[in-house]
Amino acid sequence: MTSAPHKPARYGAFSLLRGGLNRQSHWTPILNEPDAPERHYDVVIIGGGGHGLATAHYLAANHGITRVCVIERGWIGGGNTGRNTTVIRSNYFFPQSAALYDLSLGLYEGLSKALDYNIMFSQRGMWMLAHDRHGMEMLHRSANAMLLNGVDAELHDGAGVRARIPGLNPNPRFPILGGLLQPRGGTARHDAVAWAYARAASRAGVHILQKTAVTGLRQQGGRITAVETSRGTISCDRVVVAVAGHSSEVAAMAGLSLPIQSFALQAFVSEPVKPCLDTVLLSPATGVYLSQSDKGELVIGAGLDLFISYAQRGSLPVMEQAAAGVIELFPQFSRLRFLRQWAGICDVVHDSSPILDESAIAGLHFNCGWGTGGFKAIPAGGWLTAHHVATGRAHPIAQPFGFGRFTSGAMIDEAAASGIAH
Amino acid sequence: MLEIACPWCGPRPEAEFRCGGENPIIRPPLDCSDEEWAAYLHHRTNPKGLHRERWHHALGCGMWFAVTRSTIDHTIVETAPLGSAAEEEA
Repeated sequence: MTSAPHKPARYGAFSLLRGGLNRQSHWTPILNEPDAPERHYDVVIIGGGGHGLATAHYLAANHGITRVCVIERGWIGGGNTGRNTTVIRSNYFFPQSAALYDLSLGLYEGLSKALDYNIMFSQRGMWMLAHDRHGMEMLHRSANAMLLNGVDAELHDGAGVRARIPGLNPNPRFPILGGLLQPRGGTARHDAVAWAYARAASRAGVHILQKTAVTGLRQQGGRITAVETSRGTISCDRVVVAVAGHSSEVAAMAGLSLPIQSFALQAFVSEPVKPCLDTVLLSPATGVYLSQSDKGELVIGAGLDLFISYAQRGSLPVMEQAAAGVIELFPQFSRLRFLRQWAGICDVVHDSSPILDESAIAGLHFNCGWGTGGFKAIPAGGWLTAHHVATGRAHPIAQPFGFGRFTSGAMIDEAAASGIAH
Repeated sequence: MLEIACPWCGPRPEAEFRCGGENPIIRPPLDCSDEEWAAYLHHRTNPKGLHRERWHHALGCGMWFAVTRSTIDHTIVETAPLGSAAEEEA
């Protein structure tokens, strides 16, 4: 660990070739990790996951605020950023959601270039399948909503789906009547997203403290003043809480209650096989959420365990249901072995929409409530939170996602938030 | 897989049950403020630790009952019929 400014190494073919002459010894640490934090920062960000790091980057890049410290209890990208199924899409129903997630998708499209870091964004398309007449009606409704919202969408019949996705069960129990494709959807290397933002923020001078726990929040006169950590108390003007599943815990330190419940969402991968699935597939009726990683593993998502949990593991019945769904669509996958299984803790809000707002305590901002879909929203979550912190006002896209909606009743009820009914 | 002891049927696998969330949730009077109503609808204790909740033995006897469970490791400390002395004390 060093607090000395380091010479950034560009990632590219030339740098790699040059390193071949000196045993690749020119690479330098990418994180700006001081041995001891400063006594005061303009902004302290709690949570070194995608949303926290993106907020730090956009504070520096968009608003010139660089006296920023990111505090992470574990390690960068070791929380939900490293636990999701890497899917990126913006196939939402309401205009407010479409604006939010399409901002995110647009930023993802330029992210590798903007951050000089290959996040392996692959726009392989995202399919939602329908297996009965009602499912088709819902797809028509979704397709119309997406097109009205200015989001790309294609509706295909059963033959069209089979023409585009080879290997589907020719004689399934649940017939495939059609599918809704968002061509711009896809996947990205999830860890790389965190690392790219961490490096970009580090280059701008942001401090990143790993293995540092937040133990308390101090306030005076209704305003946040400091964050107590395992490395001492850090005073600051503003605090951003971006801690995914544990938002309630951090809010409680400030005496706040959040309209959030924490649930475990599990995923699992098969052993790696040759390329056999070149898209992302979602079939709500059979409980399937499936794609193939660049490494060759089938990445399978399951539904939430519907009892609150902070244990980062899922339960067997839900996993079994997801596996059964996969075999229903692709019987040939039944012989694949599972390589590993894990779960992340999701902040679930009743309307399946996030909370992006300053709380009742002045200067204390929350970026939470993404439920099962936080990864796809990382660039937008960071962009909008940085805007609110820097300007003191919610960005127009973030305004509908404030705390006020729970008392006003202006909910944005996105059942499509995860794509899995809950 | 959790093993949940239904007060009427005894220990059964989790797959037979459905979780009904926090217990108890008291509805405020209808002339309450918007804030109180929002808290009733949306705010839950969501603790990292022991949690009092209701479960439904959906694929068994169909009864609702109270469970005290740790949200950290899913250990079930106690199950009791709704309205029983054990539930009130939990």
